[in-house]
Amino acid sequence: MKLIVNGEALDSAAATLAVLLAELDYEGDWLATAVNSDVVHKANRAEFRLSDGDRIEILSPMQGG
Amino acid sequence: MFDLLGAALPSRLLLGTAQYPSPAILADAVKASGASVVTVSLRREMAGGKGGEKFWSLVNSLGVRILPNTAGCHSVKEAVTTAKMAREVFGTSWIKLEVIGNHDTLQPDVFGLVEAARILCEDGFTVFPYTTDDLVVAERLLGVGCKVLMPWCAPIGSALGPVNIMALRSMRGHFPDVPLIVDAGLGRPSHAATVMELGFDAVLLNTAVAKAADPVGMARAFSKAVDAGREAFGSGLLEPRDVAVPSTPTIGRAVFS
Repeated sequence: MKLIVNGEALDSAAATLAVLLAELDYEGDWLATAVNSDVVHKANRAEFRLSDGDRIEILSPMQGG
Repeated sequence: MFDLLGAALPSRLLLGTAQYPSPAILADAVKASGASVVTVSLRREMAGGKGGEKFWSLVNSLGVRILPNTAGCHSVKEAVTTAKMAREVFGTSWIKLEVIGNHDTLQPDVFGLVEAARILCEDGFTVFPYTTDDLVVAERLLGVGCKVLMPWCAPIGSALGPVNIMALRSMRGHFPDVPLIVDAGLGRPSHAATVMELGFDAVLLNTAVAKAADPVGMARAFSKAVDAGREAFGSGLLEPRDVAVPSTPTIGRAVFS
Protein backbone atom coordinates (compact mmCIF):
# COMPACT_ATOMS: atom_id res chain seq x y z
CA MET A 1 0.00 0.00 0.00
CA LYS A 2 1.38 3.40 -0.97
CA LEU A 3 1.03 6.20 1.56
CA ILE A 4 2.21 9.78 1.79
CA VAL A 5 3.54 10.48 5.29
CA ASN A 6 4.48 14.08 6.05
CA GLY A 7 4.90 14.66 2.34
CA GLU A 8 7.11 11.63 1.71
CA ALA A 9 6.04 8.56 -0.30
CA LEU A 10 6.10 5.34 1.68
CA ASP A 11 5.22 1.66 1.17
CA SER A 12 3.59 0.09 4.19
CA ALA A 13 1.37 -2.84 5.09
CA ALA A 14 0.12 -1.13 8.26
CA ALA A 15 -3.60 -1.77 8.55
CA THR A 16 -4.28 1.04 10.98
CA LEU A 17 -2.88 4.45 11.83
CA ALA A 18 -1.69 3.21 15.23
CA VAL A 19 0.27 0.39 13.60
CA LEU A 20 1.83 2.80 11.12
CA LEU A 21 2.95 5.13 13.94
CA ALA A 22 4.55 2.20 15.76
CA GLU A 23 6.25 1.00 12.57
CA LEU A 24 7.81 4.41 12.07
CA ASP A 25 8.83 4.71 15.72
CA TYR A 26 6.49 7.56 16.55
CA GLU A 27 5.43 7.62 20.15
CA GLY A 28 4.29 10.14 22.74
CA ASP A 29 1.30 12.14 23.91
CA TRP A 30 2.50 15.23 22.07
CA LEU A 31 1.71 13.95 18.58
CA ALA A 32 -1.28 14.99 16.50
CA THR A 33 -2.42 13.13 13.40
CA ALA A 34 -4.55 13.79 10.36
CA VAL A 35 -5.45 11.62 7.39
CA ASN A 36 -6.49 13.24 4.13
CA SER A 37 -6.76 16.61 5.92
CA ASP A 38 -9.12 15.36 8.64
CA VAL A 39 -8.01 15.06 12.25
CA VAL A 40 -7.72 11.55 13.65
CA HIS A 41 -7.77 11.79 17.42
CA LYS A 42 -5.42 9.71 19.50
CA ALA A 43 -8.26 7.58 20.84
CA ASN A 44 -9.30 6.64 17.29
CA ARG A 45 -5.91 5.72 15.82
CA ALA A 46 -6.13 2.02 16.68
CA GLU A 47 -9.41 1.67 14.79
CA PHE A 48 -8.61 4.00 11.92
CA ARG A 49 -7.98 1.80 8.85
CA LEU A 50 -5.59 3.09 6.23
CA SER A 51 -6.20 2.91 2.50
CA ASP A 52 -3.91 3.05 -0.51
CA GLY A 53 -3.04 6.64 -1.35
CA ASP A 54 -3.86 8.08 2.07
CA ARG A 55 -2.05 11.29 2.96
CA ILE A 56 -1.00 11.28 6.59
CA GLU A 57 0.26 14.21 8.62
CA ILE A 58 2.04 13.65 11.93
CA LEU A 59 2.68 16.88 13.83
CA SER A 60 4.27 17.82 17.11
CA PRO A 61 4.78 21.01 19.16
CA MET A 62 7.19 23.50 17.69
CA GLN A 63 8.27 27.07 18.31
CA GLY A 64 5.79 29.62 17.02
CA GLY A 65 5.05 33.32 17.01
CA MET B 1 -4.33 41.41 36.99
CA PHE B 2 -5.40 41.48 33.36
CA ASP B 3 -8.67 39.61 32.81
CA LEU B 4 -8.42 38.05 29.37
CA LEU B 5 -11.64 36.18 28.63
CA GLY B 6 -11.85 34.92 32.17
CA ALA B 7 -8.15 34.19 32.59
CA ALA B 8 -6.43 36.34 35.22
CA LEU B 9 -3.04 37.22 33.74
CA PRO B 10 -0.28 39.08 35.60
CA SER B 11 1.11 40.58 32.38
CA ARG B 12 -0.24 42.27 29.27
CA LEU B 13 2.64 40.97 27.21
CA LEU B 14 2.21 37.80 25.16
CA LEU B 15 5.40 36.34 23.75
CA GLY B 16 6.20 34.10 20.80
CA THR B 17 8.64 31.22 21.17
CA ALA B 18 10.31 31.15 17.74
CA GLN B 19 13.73 32.22 16.46
CA TYR B 20 15.62 32.36 19.79
CA PRO B 21 19.34 31.51 19.73
CA SER B 22 18.77 28.55 22.06
CA PRO B 23 16.07 26.91 24.19
CA ALA B 24 17.76 28.21 27.33
CA ILE B 25 17.63 31.81 26.07
CA LEU B 26 13.99 31.34 25.13
CA ALA B 27 13.22 30.19 28.68
CA ASP B 28 15.15 33.09 30.21
CA ALA B 29 13.48 35.60 27.89
CA VAL B 30 10.00 34.36 28.81
CA LYS B 31 10.84 34.70 32.50
CA ALA B 32 12.36 38.16 32.04
CA SER B 33 9.35 39.36 30.06
CA GLY B 34 6.91 38.33 32.76
CA ALA B 35 4.68 37.00 29.98
CA SER B 36 2.02 34.63 31.16
CA VAL B 37 0.98 33.54 27.67
CA VAL B 38 3.28 32.17 24.98
CA THR B 39 2.44 31.19 21.43
CA VAL B 40 3.43 27.82 19.99
CA SER B 41 2.93 25.97 16.74
CA LEU B 42 2.62 22.50 15.24
CA ARG B 43 4.97 21.18 12.61
CA ARG B 44 5.79 17.87 10.98
CA GLU B 45 7.68 15.54 13.30
CA MET B 46 10.43 13.41 11.76
CA ALA B 47 10.00 9.66 12.10
CA GLY B 48 11.46 8.61 15.44
CA GLY B 49 12.23 12.23 16.20
CA LYS B 50 11.91 13.74 19.63
CA GLY B 51 12.11 17.43 18.73
CA GLY B 52 8.53 18.05 19.67
CA GLU B 53 8.90 16.30 22.98
CA LYS B 54 11.89 18.43 24.01
CA PHE B 55 10.19 21.68 23.09
CA TRP B 56 6.94 20.65 24.77
CA SER B 57 8.80 19.77 27.98
CA LEU B 58 10.53 23.15 27.94
CA VAL B 59 7.29 25.08 27.47
CA ASN B 60 5.57 23.09 30.18
CA SER B 61 8.38 23.90 32.59
CA LEU B 62 7.73 27.64 32.14
CA GLY B 63 4.35 27.48 33.86
CA VAL B 64 2.69 29.78 31.35
CA ARG B 65 -0.54 29.59 29.43
CA ILE B 66 -0.33 28.24 25.88
CA LEU B 67 -1.78 29.97 22.83
CA PRO B 68 -1.28 27.65 19.83
CA ASN B 69 -1.27 29.22 16.40
CA THR B 70 -2.15 28.17 12.87
CA ALA B 71 0.85 29.96 11.39
CA GLY B 72 1.60 29.18 7.78
CA CYS B 73 -1.92 28.07 6.91
CA HIS B 74 -3.16 29.53 3.65
CA SER B 75 -6.65 28.02 3.50
CA VAL B 76 -9.66 27.66 5.73
CA LYS B 77 -9.34 23.87 5.69
CA GLU B 78 -5.67 23.95 6.69
CA ALA B 79 -6.32 26.39 9.50
CA VAL B 80 -9.33 24.52 10.88
CA THR B 81 -7.58 21.14 10.79
CA THR B 82 -4.44 22.58 12.40
CA ALA B 83 -6.53 24.20 15.12
CA LYS B 84 -8.23 20.90 15.92
CA MET B 85 -4.87 19.11 16.06
CA ALA B 86 -3.52 21.83 18.34
CA ARG B 87 -6.46 21.49 20.69
CA GLU B 88 -5.71 17.82 21.14
CA VAL B 89 -1.97 18.19 21.67
CA PHE B 90 -1.95 21.33 23.81
CA GLY B 91 -5.16 20.69 25.72
CA THR B 92 -6.59 24.17 25.21
CA SER B 93 -9.42 25.58 23.15
CA TRP B 94 -7.55 28.86 22.71
CA ILE B 95 -6.27 29.29 19.16
CA LYS B 96 -4.43 32.13 17.48
CA LEU B 97 -6.05 31.91 14.08
CA GLU B 98 -3.89 32.81 11.10
CA VAL B 99 -5.07 32.39 7.52
CA ILE B 100 -2.34 33.95 5.42
CA GLY B 101 -3.41 35.60 2.19
CA ASN B 102 -0.17 36.85 0.70
CA HIS B 103 3.27 35.25 0.68
CA ASP B 104 5.17 38.54 0.61
CA THR B 105 3.32 40.63 3.16
CA LEU B 106 1.98 37.74 5.25
CA GLN B 107 -1.20 39.74 5.56
CA PRO B 108 -4.27 37.78 6.59
CA ASP B 109 -6.79 36.51 4.09
CA VAL B 110 -9.61 38.23 5.92
CA PHE B 111 -12.34 36.40 3.98
CA GLY B 112 -10.89 33.00 4.85
CA LEU B 113 -10.23 34.24 8.36
CA VAL B 114 -13.88 35.06 9.01
CA GLU B 115 -14.99 31.70 7.62
CA ALA B 116 -12.43 29.73 9.64
CA ALA B 117 -13.33 31.72 12.75
CA ARG B 118 -17.01 30.89 12.26
CA ILE B 119 -16.29 27.17 12.00
CA LEU B 120 -13.99 27.13 15.02
CA CYS B 121 -16.24 29.28 17.23
CA GLU B 122 -19.14 26.94 16.48
CA ASP B 123 -16.88 24.07 17.49
CA GLY B 124 -16.20 25.60 20.90
CA PHE B 125 -12.84 27.26 20.26
CA THR B 126 -11.86 30.59 21.75
CA VAL B 127 -10.53 32.23 18.61
CA PHE B 128 -7.83 34.92 18.70
CA PRO B 129 -7.93 36.11 15.08
CA TYR B 130 -4.79 37.63 13.58
CA THR B 131 -6.42 40.35 11.49
CA THR B 132 -5.87 43.77 9.96
CA ASP B 133 -7.07 47.06 11.42
CA ASP B 134 -10.14 47.02 9.12
CA LEU B 135 -13.26 47.82 11.13
CA VAL B 136 -15.65 45.94 8.85
CA VAL B 137 -13.60 42.76 9.09
CA ALA B 138 -13.48 43.23 12.84
CA GLU B 139 -17.28 43.48 12.95
CA ARG B 140 -17.57 40.27 10.94
CA LEU B 141 -15.18 38.44 13.26
CA LEU B 142 -17.18 39.53 16.29
CA GLY B 143 -20.35 38.52 14.47
CA VAL B 144 -19.19 34.93 14.02
CA GLY B 145 -18.30 34.57 17.68
CA CYS B 146 -14.83 36.00 18.31
CA LYS B 147 -14.52 37.66 21.72
CA VAL B 148 -11.07 39.17 21.15
CA LEU B 149 -9.33 40.77 18.17
CA MET B 150 -5.65 40.80 17.28
CA PRO B 151 -4.94 43.45 14.64
CA TRP B 152 -1.50 43.84 13.15
CA CYS B 153 0.20 47.20 13.42
CA ALA B 154 2.64 46.36 10.59
CA PRO B 155 3.59 43.21 8.66
CA ILE B 156 4.85 40.23 10.65
CA GLY B 157 8.53 40.50 11.51
CA SER B 158 8.88 43.95 9.90
CA ALA B 159 9.66 45.80 13.14
CA LEU B 160 8.05 48.90 11.63
CA GLY B 161 5.84 49.60 14.61
CA PRO B 162 2.39 51.19 14.35
CA VAL B 163 2.21 52.51 10.78
CA ASN B 164 -1.41 53.62 10.97
CA ILE B 165 -2.08 55.19 14.34
CA MET B 166 -5.39 56.60 13.15
CA ALA B 167 -6.70 53.14 12.27
CA LEU B 168 -5.64 51.71 15.63
CA ARG B 169 -7.20 54.63 17.47
CA SER B 170 -10.37 54.17 15.46
CA MET B 171 -10.47 50.47 16.28
CA ARG B 172 -10.11 51.17 19.99
CA GLY B 173 -12.90 53.74 19.77
CA HIS B 174 -15.27 51.45 17.88
CA PHE B 175 -14.82 48.46 20.15
CA PRO B 176 -14.44 49.88 23.66
CA ASP B 177 -15.42 46.63 25.36
CA VAL B 178 -13.60 44.09 23.16
CA PRO B 179 -10.13 42.96 24.24
CA LEU B 180 -7.75 44.24 21.57
CA ILE B 181 -4.25 42.80 21.31
CA VAL B 182 -1.77 44.25 18.84
CA ASP B 183 -0.15 41.30 17.10
CA ALA B 184 2.69 41.61 14.63
CA GLY B 185 4.94 44.43 13.49
CA LEU B 186 6.27 45.71 16.80
CA GLY B 187 10.00 46.37 16.66
CA ARG B 188 10.87 48.44 19.70
CA PRO B 189 9.66 48.86 23.26
CA SER B 190 8.52 52.38 22.36
CA HIS B 191 6.20 50.85 19.74
CA ALA B 192 4.61 48.69 22.43
CA ALA B 193 4.28 51.68 24.74
CA THR B 194 2.62 53.67 21.96
CA VAL B 195 -0.13 51.14 21.28
CA MET B 196 -0.68 50.60 24.99
CA GLU B 197 -1.05 54.37 25.41
CA LEU B 198 -3.80 54.18 22.77
CA GLY B 199 -5.68 51.86 25.09
CA PHE B 200 -4.93 48.49 23.58
CA ASP B 201 -5.28 45.75 26.12
CA ALA B 202 -2.10 43.82 25.37
CA VAL B 203 0.59 43.14 22.79
CA LEU B 204 1.88 39.96 21.25
CA LEU B 205 5.40 39.95 19.84
CA ASN B 206 8.17 37.56 18.97
CA THR B 207 10.85 38.64 16.50
CA ALA B 208 11.76 41.91 18.22
CA VAL B 209 12.77 39.96 21.32
CA ALA B 210 14.06 36.74 19.79
CA LYS B 211 16.32 38.45 17.22
CA ALA B 212 17.68 41.12 19.57
CA ALA B 213 21.37 40.95 20.39
CA ASP B 214 20.31 40.25 23.98
CA PRO B 215 16.84 38.67 23.93
CA VAL B 216 16.60 38.52 27.70
CA GLY B 217 17.38 42.22 28.09
CA MET B 218 14.96 43.10 25.30
CA ALA B 219 12.22 41.00 26.89
CA ARG B 220 12.67 42.96 30.09
CA ALA B 221 12.61 46.25 28.18
CA PHE B 222 9.35 45.34 26.43
CA SER B 223 7.81 44.34 29.73
CA LYS B 224 8.55 47.77 31.19
CA ALA B 225 7.27 49.52 28.06
CA VAL B 226 3.98 47.62 28.13
CA ASP B 227 3.47 48.46 31.79
CA ALA B 228 4.41 52.10 31.24
CA GLY B 229 2.07 52.45 28.27
CA ARG B 230 -0.82 50.90 30.14
CA GLU B 231 -0.33 53.07 33.21
CA ALA B 232 -0.06 56.15 31.02
CA PHE B 233 -3.33 55.27 29.29
CA GLY B 234 -5.05 54.90 32.63
CA SER B 235 -3.59 58.13 33.96
CA GLY B 236 -4.99 60.45 31.30
CA LEU B 237 -2.54 61.59 28.65
CA LEU B 238 -2.17 65.25 27.80
CA GLU B 239 -3.49 66.02 24.32
CA PRO B 240 -1.03 67.76 21.96
CA ARG B 241 -1.47 71.52 21.57
CA ASP B 242 -0.47 73.87 18.78
CA VAL B 243 0.79 76.59 21.10
CA ALA B 244 3.38 76.80 23.82
CA VAL B 245 2.03 76.82 27.36
CA PRO B 246 4.44 77.74 30.16
CA SER B 247 4.75 75.08 32.78
CA THR B 248 6.19 77.44 35.38
CA PRO B 249 3.66 79.89 36.88
CA THR B 250 4.02 83.39 35.46
CA ILE B 251 2.29 85.11 38.38
CA GLY B 252 4.70 86.51 40.89
CA ARG B 253 7.74 86.47 38.66
CA ALA B 254 10.34 89.17 39.34
CA VAL B 255 10.56 92.21 37.10
CA PHE B 256 14.07 93.62 36.57
CA SER B 257 13.48 96.36 34.03
